[in-house]
Amino acid sequence: MILKRFAIYLIRVFSLLFAVSVISFALVSASPVDPVQQYIMGAGPVSGEQRSEIEAYWGVDRPAAERYFSWTSALLHGDFGVSLLYRRPVIEIISERFRNSLALMMCAWVFSGVIGYSLGCVMGMNRDRWQDKIIRKLCYLLGSIPTFWIGLVFLMVFAVVLGWFPVGFSTPIGMRDSEVTIWQRLHHLVLPAFTLSLMSFSNTALHTRQKMIDVMNSEYILFARARGEGRWTLFWRHGLRNTVLPAVTLQFASFAELFGGSVLAENVFSYPGLGSAVAAAGLNSDVPLLLGITLFSTLFVCVGNMTANLLYGIIDPQIREVRQ
Amino acid sequence: MKRDKNRWNKRTKVLILTVMLTVVLLFIYMIGLLIPGEAAGTDLRHAGQAPSWAHLFGTDNLGRDLLMRSLKGLSVSMTVGIAASCISAVIAILVGIAAAIGSRHVDGVVNWIIDLMMGIPHTVLIILISFSLGRGLRGVLAGIAATHWTSLARLIRGEVLQLRSQHYIAVSRRLGKTSGWIMIHHMLPHLAPQFTVGLILMFPHAILHEASISFLGYGLPPEQPAIGIILAESMRYLSAGMWWMAVLPGLMLVVIVLMIDRMGENLRKVIDPCSAQE
Repeated sequence: MILKRFAIYLIRVFSLLFAVSVISFALVSASPVDPVQQYIMGAGPVSGEQRSEIEAYWGVDRPAAERYFSWTSALLHGDFGVSLLYRRPVIEIISERFRNSLALMMCAWVFSGVIGYSLGCVMGMNRDRWQDKIIRKLCYLLGSIPTFWIGLVFLMVFAVVLGWFPVGFSTPIGMRDSEVTIWQRLHHLVLPAFTLSLMSFSNTALHTRQKMIDVMNSEYILFARARGEGRWTLFWRHGLRNTVLPAVTLQFASFAELFGGSVLAENVFSYPGLGSAVAAAGLNSDVPLLLGITLFSTLFVCVGNMTANLLYGIIDPQIREVRQ
Repeated sequence: MKRDKNRWNKRTKVLILTVMLTVVLLFIYMIGLLIPGEAAGTDLRHAGQAPSWAHLFGTDNLGRDLLMRSLKGLSVSMTVGIAASCISAVIAILVGIAAAIGSRHVDGVVNWIIDLMMGIPHTVLIILISFSLGRGLRGVLAGIAATHWTSLARLIRGEVLQLRSQHYIAVSRRLGKTSGWIMIHHMLPHLAPQFTVGLILMFPHAILHEASISFLGYGLPPEQPAIGIILAESMRYLSAGMWWMAVLPGLMLVVIVLMIDRMGENLRKVIDPCSAQE
């Protein structure tokens, strides 16, 4: 049963990836920016003959459909093309930058999950008291604050004025990769990760609050209260178990926002991850890198959504039965 | 004293608050539009000044008054955000209705498209669309319009599905009214409040997205005083200690977004009594 559902998901993921590849390729082909011109600008002066050679090599004069097929068949062989901006294979850049981004996103993800879930529990257990009101206001407020601005303010306060954290990048400037210790990396990671997590925890918190209120209004809680269970026991025995799973699922389903936020956070903190690469690729008309990262980010989001769906099905027996 | 407090009931208070918010927002918007270009012009004699009475928000590295520049930028951001949300809302209502009253296949296709839109991170999709239209204003407008319709479309689809099973719609159909007539006379009036609230609550998101895309360098050209561009410029002067360049314009953006958000929530309370009880 699970295998069959897994197969259906795989088909869905592939159809989505296929559609994304078509759409993004069409969008990029429609762009008025001339990729050959961009390439030449980076490469230095070239003669007319060399230019037409490059054009023939890239197949700019061929129809878009033909170019699309040659691009996808190269993709299926693992060849994403060569980045114009960095002059290296796209797949290399993606895998290198994704490692940085993954560290950042996972830290932010865990931060926002833990903070959001605990705040949600506090709100739900103290419904309509002052704790609930204050935290709820805070959550709504955070929803209206742009990530990049919070990042700028943090950068100013903690890095420039107080000097607790470095101003940017993932490693100290002028050090070789092998010399950087894990503490230095973490030191560079704290500020961007915290910024990124601020963006997404309010959603988890408000959702958990609602779930917790639903649980606390149920009849088994009434019965437990009648048995004389204290607040802490109520939370530990009933509240926690019933609310932690929806929160985890919601966290997995938020990969799209996480990636979108990381584009902004990485740009503010000059962090060398996928997000700053995609912004730079678009600005410098680096088509292969832009397409590669778009596809990769879609895959990333799909994995998150799929995990969320599978979690729903595997762990919650009610949903499993409905589906069968 | 006590009578005074009770003279206005909750609904009246909410209405008054909403009208006040609208007036203030319109006022800020008009100021931004009406400020002449010279007021935010370069003046190198006063470059890089901290906030003072002459320049409430201080001046930037070229001596431009930041208050004027932020006001102008905000009105630009608001225009872009509102225009993009309107386009997005029209897409949402068309798609939502099509999904709800079309055949099963139409519904499936629409759901698939919504899944697709939600599968690509919005920032990446807006970057792609903006790139394909050669950046600039048009790119941002199209990008934001194309990414914000999904949740409203889902809402409208659910609403229409629910309306379809109502008795009076069935009666109307038996009386021989066409689907178009039913749509215009029975369904659209029901959807109007949801639609309006959804539209207004879309403004803050659109404005924030516009600001962040301009911040990344995709939106408006750098000469234009958009709020994202001011903030992007401020980044270069952070380590020089020019804190006011980043803090004050950003704070203004947050206040405006909060005001629009509050306006939408209040309007929802007025229009939709069910949610007012929460």
